[in-house]
Amino acid sequence: MATGTETTTRARLRWGLLDVFVVVFALVPVLWIASLSFKTPATLTDGNFIPREWTLDNYKTIFDTDQFVRALVNSIGIALIATLVAVVLGAMAAYAISRLDFPGKRLLVGVSLLIAMFPQVSLVSPLFEIERQLGLFDTWPGLILPYITFALPLAIYTLSAFFKQIPWDLEKAAKMDGATQGQAFRRVIAPLAAPGLFTTAILVFIFCWNDFLFAITLTSTERARTVPVALSFFTGESQFEDPTGAICAAAVVITIPIILFVLFFQRRIVSGLTSGAVKG
Amino acid sequence: MADIVLDKVNKKFPDGTVAVQDVDLEIADGEFVILVGPSGCGKSTTLNMIAGLEDISSGELRIGGQRVNDKAPRDRDIAMVFQSYALYPNMTVRENMAFPLRLAKLDKETINQKVDEAAKVLELTPLLDRKPANLSGGQRQRVAMGRAIVRQPKAFLMDEPLSNLDAKLRVQMRTVVSRLQKQLGTTTVYVTHDQTEAMTLGDRVVIMRGGAVQQVGPPQELYDHPRNLFVAGFIGSPSMNFLHAAVQDGGLRTALGDVPLGDRVRRELEAADAPRELILGIRPEHFEDAELVDEESRRRGLEFEAPVEIVESMGSDKYVYFTVEGEKASAAELEELAADAGAADFSGAGSNLVTRLSAESPVAEGQSRRVWFNLEKIHLFDPANGRNLTLHEGRAAGALAD
Repeated sequence: MATGTETTTRARLRWGLLDVFVVVFALVPVLWIASLSFKTPATLTDGNFIPREWTLDNYKTIFDTDQFVRALVNSIGIALIATLVAVVLGAMAAYAISRLDFPGKRLLVGVSLLIAMFPQVSLVSPLFEIERQLGLFDTWPGLILPYITFALPLAIYTLSAFFKQIPWDLEKAAKMDGATQGQAFRRVIAPLAAPGLFTTAILVFIFCWNDFLFAITLTSTERARTVPVALSFFTGESQFEDPTGAICAAAVVITIPIILFVLFFQRRIVSGLTSGAVKG
Repeated sequence: MADIVLDKVNKKFPDGTVAVQDVDLEIADGEFVILVGPSGCGKSTTLNMIAGLEDISSGELRIGGQRVNDKAPRDRDIAMVFQSYALYPNMTVRENMAFPLRLAKLDKETINQKVDEAAKVLELTPLLDRKPANLSGGQRQRVAMGRAIVRQPKAFLMDEPLSNLDAKLRVQMRTVVSRLQKQLGTTTVYVTHDQTEAMTLGDRVVIMRGGAVQQVGPPQELYDHPRNLFVAGFIGSPSMNFLHAAVQDGGLRTALGDVPLGDRVRRELEAADAPRELILGIRPEHFEDAELVDEESRRRGLEFEAPVEIVESMGSDKYVYFTVEGEKASAAELEELAADAGAADFSGAGSNLVTRLSAESPVAEGQSRRVWFNLEKIHLFDPANGRNLTLHEGRAAGALAD
């Protein structure tokens, strides 16, 4: 048995080292950005990981400019609305796909997959023309609509996998208990698919939040410009000022909603929620 | 409470398969009816049509005298217990049982009172605040039943409710179901593939095969007077022995000897289209050790000698297995039954005979033994259509009847 414990200790050590390496590799750039955002313009390039002189000026700067705050509001609003709509529509579509056998089902699934795979760059110019004609250019709906379009296939795929795991008997039981189709979905199926709904919501939200391509082509003013784009236009108070510190501060600020969003929903993504429904 | 009437009910799926054909069935108010048959015989489809979970292709379904073909399940006022229990895992036992009542928009006090009542009947009171994941199989099963009885529906439908339980619990729950049904007096339709459950539970049993009803009747009647080969082979455990029999000189030549025939069967066999070969059916308990048979019975039966293969002593009696030479009985029904039992590809040479002899019999493995069987209790079947030739006006009369 001595050799057995030895190997487990050694294996544990090896895995531990590997884990530490991965975590460091992933976190160093983030910490670097955070560190830069607290430095004064003079010490910005001194190469120290831990700032010698701490300052909150960079944060003050970005929140003083209307540009950034406005972009933040746009980003949050657009991403939330797009996520909500995509998850609701995706849930209904995924439910139909996993439960019903209708003509053209495979075609529908195939087409939605096609949309997800289509290179977005090639669609940007036509979308720009279309949105200008329709008056959607530089508006919230002008961004929300393409986001929903590209997030839906993702939502449908993730959600139909979750719906397929839910025993069909539960729906039948609900119907026998006196529920309408709608009640059966809302009160029995949807609560059980909640982990799937939250997972999908997180994925869609991150997609919308991080998008740069659509946001830069389909907006021109602060009306609908989102944070990733606003960041690229960041110049600071005067044109002589070096905006690196401010950009770093903004970068830190825009990761916060994502972290909050994930932390908030992560607790609800509990696997094995359906256990006990049916035998085996 | 209500009666359920199926009037020429058919189910045809879009791909053309006919799952249920021309089922006529009248289930009286308060009756406990069992639908039984091998898998794929249409029993579950029939139940789902009564529930409203499947559309009826043609025919009429009436519950309480009212045509309900086009009514949604929620408007039929019937409750169903599923094989998988189908408990809502996100709700506690109390919420599970209260769910149908909440959908019916009853006030909170009534709901609580009804749930408590049902929980008491099924001894679920201490479990009310648990989630289904923290219950044992038997407890989940009881919650599923509780959810069905709580709103006092017109009828209960049960789709193999006990088949997920282990053998011991199944026997125990069988009595629970039986007692509950008698206590509530609610019309119940119960689907199972287990013939023992069918025999022990039901007031009446409906045997189905390939979507069609084979025979309807009280369990004992199906056992004693099977209308055809399929019913005879399906009901009874161990099942009836089947032997090949050739019609010859007004008698039957079988592996057990020449069987004399009474006038009634002989007349039947004189018809021009009568079969020249038959299948002889004998239940295990109609054999006896020849030494233990008294003179009078001896005259009503026939004796044969065969090598003993296996002896299973049950205490009260002995199951003795013999191998007899000769052609095997073959018919579509028998193959289907064997396939359902999972024994289609498992058969030795010759025919196997299962007999139930008295415990006093000194029979031993490896010996040859003289065995008697009762000619008044044998059945003769036409292999072409499975019809029981010994049946007259619904009564089986054996081979010797005049």
